[in-house]
Amino acid sequence: MQMQPDLLQEARRQAEICNACRYCEGYCSVFPALHAERAFSDGNLTQLANLCHNCRGCYYACQYTAPHEFDLNLPQALANVRQDSWEELAFPRAAGKAFQQNGVLIAIATVIGFALLFWAARALAPASGEGFYAVLSHNAMVAIFLPAFLFPLVSIAISLRRYWRHIGAGPFRFAHLGEALRQAANMKNLKGGHGDGCNFEDEDRFTHARRAVHQAVMYGFLLCFASTSVATVMHYLFDSPAPYGLVSLPKLLGISGGLLLVVGCVEMIRLKLRSDRALGATGAFGGEIAFVGLLGFTGFSGLALYALGQTAVMPGLLAIHLGAVLAFFLLTPFTKMAHGFYRLTALTAEAGRAAGSG
Amino acid sequence: MTSPDIAIIGGGNAALCAAITAAEAGARVLILETAPKPYRGGNSRHTRNFRCMHHGPLGPLVDSYSEDEYLADLMKVTGGKTDEGLARLAIRTSEDCLPWMQDHGVRFQPSLSGTLSLARTNAFFLGGGKGLVNAYYRTAESLGVQVEYEAAVTHLELDGERVTRIDYTRNGETHSIAPKAVVVASGGFQADTDWLARAWGPAAKNFLIRGTPHNRGVVLADLLGQGVEQVGDPTQCHAVAIDGRAPKFDGGIVTRLDCVPFSIVVNKDAQRFYDEGEDVWPKRYAIWGRLVAAQPDQVGYAIIDAKASDLYMPSVFPPIMADTLEDLADKMGLPAAALVQTVHTFNAACGDTSGFHPTELDGVTTTGLTPPKTNWARPITEPPFYGYSLRTGVTFTYLGLKVDETAQCAIGNRPIANLWAAGETMAGSILGQGYLAGFGMTIGTVFGRIAGKEAAAHANAT
Repeated sequence: MQMQPDLLQEARRQAEICNACRYCEGYCSVFPALHAERAFSDGNLTQLANLCHNCRGCYYACQYTAPHEFDLNLPQALANVRQDSWEELAFPRAAGKAFQQNGVLIAIATVIGFALLFWAARALAPASGEGFYAVLSHNAMVAIFLPAFLFPLVSIAISLRRYWRHIGAGPFRFAHLGEALRQAANMKNLKGGHGDGCNFEDEDRFTHARRAVHQAVMYGFLLCFASTSVATVMHYLFDSPAPYGLVSLPKLLGISGGLLLVVGCVEMIRLKLRSDRALGATGAFGGEIAFVGLLGFTGFSGLALYALGQTAVMPGLLAIHLGAVLAFFLLTPFTKMAHGFYRLTALTAEAGRAAGSG
Repeated sequence: MTSPDIAIIGGGNAALCAAITAAEAGARVLILETAPKPYRGGNSRHTRNFRCMHHGPLGPLVDSYSEDEYLADLMKVTGGKTDEGLARLAIRTSEDCLPWMQDHGVRFQPSLSGTLSLARTNAFFLGGGKGLVNAYYRTAESLGVQVEYEAAVTHLELDGERVTRIDYTRNGETHSIAPKAVVVASGGFQADTDWLARAWGPAAKNFLIRGTPHNRGVVLADLLGQGVEQVGDPTQCHAVAIDGRAPKFDGGIVTRLDCVPFSIVVNKDAQRFYDEGEDVWPKRYAIWGRLVAAQPDQVGYAIIDAKASDLYMPSVFPPIMADTLEDLADKMGLPAAALVQTVHTFNAACGDTSGFHPTELDGVTTTGLTPPKTNWARPITEPPFYGYSLRTGVTFTYLGLKVDETAQCAIGNRPIANLWAAGETMAGSILGQGYLAGFGMTIGTVFGRIAGKEAAAHANAT
């Protein structure tokens, strides 16, 4: 693996200044990890970069930001290394390179997803079936989505294994993963250490806006995912195939999750548009916005399908929704979606480091 | 704008505490900050903590820290050169300040790694002083305080018993305002190296200024020139030994060097000049600025070997490194033979080092050496050898405006009816010499709040 040396060198330069200062120690998980080192290997910097949630507290508190000659911008330096690490560690690497920063390619992939599903609905049109299965048979859906679900899992697993080795983490422990999940569950690293939140949409003002919006997206996504999972279990174990009624578990989970996801994604884009892009990864803004847009659109098309499932537009909507889902799944390892997996891994490794230095 | 009720000159901690207090009392307040917005806050943006008296745990502070202990600490560093009445006022009021600071947006964090010795006495700001400054500006602006950046005050017109006019320039234009009351909180004069040189002699040209380049003492000189009572000695200041490669201004905290207790420090002739192991570093940090200032060319060189290289906080610039003392001397511009001789003499004077303990006074001392090294004296033998150049870094000067317990300025024995001072510009009233970590922020907060309250009372009554 060959990460970009200029990005690493810039992060190293800044980390060495931070290590002589230490004023930001209480903000987040990055600084205790940073202060534990005297010299920073590429692996150290990659781990610090993935611990950083870009809350920007350290930037606005920093006495050395431009125009000071030290020109510190740690959120950006770490965002650049983080972005580079996701591209370099991706499996296959070329896909990470292609999509992470490229919003246009993400959009094109989504349109291809739509086209593929329209084609499938036409070419594999079932002779009989009820509801959605009148458009595309259950078997055809499984044939398309099982590989589309398994491939990203395998890809991410390979990347995380590479990551774990690259940062030189100690042995994996479930207790450390549990600690990481606890931190992710309440987004501790966007609370700012003092509990006032993070800096994002209004310079140095601390708010919970980004944390709240992130959690809406995350829990919205998880509810949607739970909806699909519950439906799969009901289909196979309880011989209870779709469609489900409004008060069924899949519908309740799906509708609440879909609403959270759509509201969260719209607000996330609004916050990002108000934030200072110079504190994020250089050139990654388009890719991030496209990813959030795809995620939000997936939720929105799902809700539309619930609302209009009994009308003549249903077959077209179904193809669009499934096309979005397909693009989302296949792009998971190569878009901002990957960050959740890397963050969890970084937090797990940090829990291990902290326990070890105890 | 039309003339405000109160003009506050300066934009750091003391100025902001005064502005917030006055605005909460109902006054219309204008802050005239000479720095551009990214550099607002004066030296406060480089600070990190607040020394605070407390009975029992308070905020991030553990145990307790009594008025008498605090005063004793101050007496020790100042050699008794303080105004005990004002000192006790600052100390006593500090306990009320901490919750006030929290109420106005300041957030604290546990004592930083590497500063555990201060966990009982000093409350650390989360994010450091710039975080505090940002929070206070947010609070002040929400209270309607107006802020003008790059507003350089040039003159305060005094008619004997009151300030009648303030002149300042901004964007090349001259403005005059006539506020009812004025608070001066614009720091010392250390960034005016010509003034420093008049006090110190030409040696001062070699000093580095750790903080803002904007504290040039313009308002201080203007007021002293009009006979306002002064306090303090122009050669006294908070000065520490910092990395000689630090920028001329604004290097801040990262340029400090913590390696001195594990080193020998020589001058440019490669001769030692003081006991490097006299006490733990936080207690000796503030004397080395003056020690280095007294050496030829105002420069020192700390030399350590490989076994000491991980014992102190990392430095912002990497040390100069060489496999032999001769090479190190060459790289550092020191006379090689003299350095080797000094190290050999030092090494020969070292004794049993088995009791070496880096964080305690270990009594591992030299014998028969002048000056001695009375703790952590281990021979410098293990390559690679490392060196840092040391220069005098001035934080702030103590010559300032004399104030009473209401922070009011005076001419002779007569108070000036509408002029108050707070922060570094009057800290010399309490700090005759020496320095106590975190005490500058205590003085600024206590007297800033007093000045704001008094100025608002005056403005509201007229």
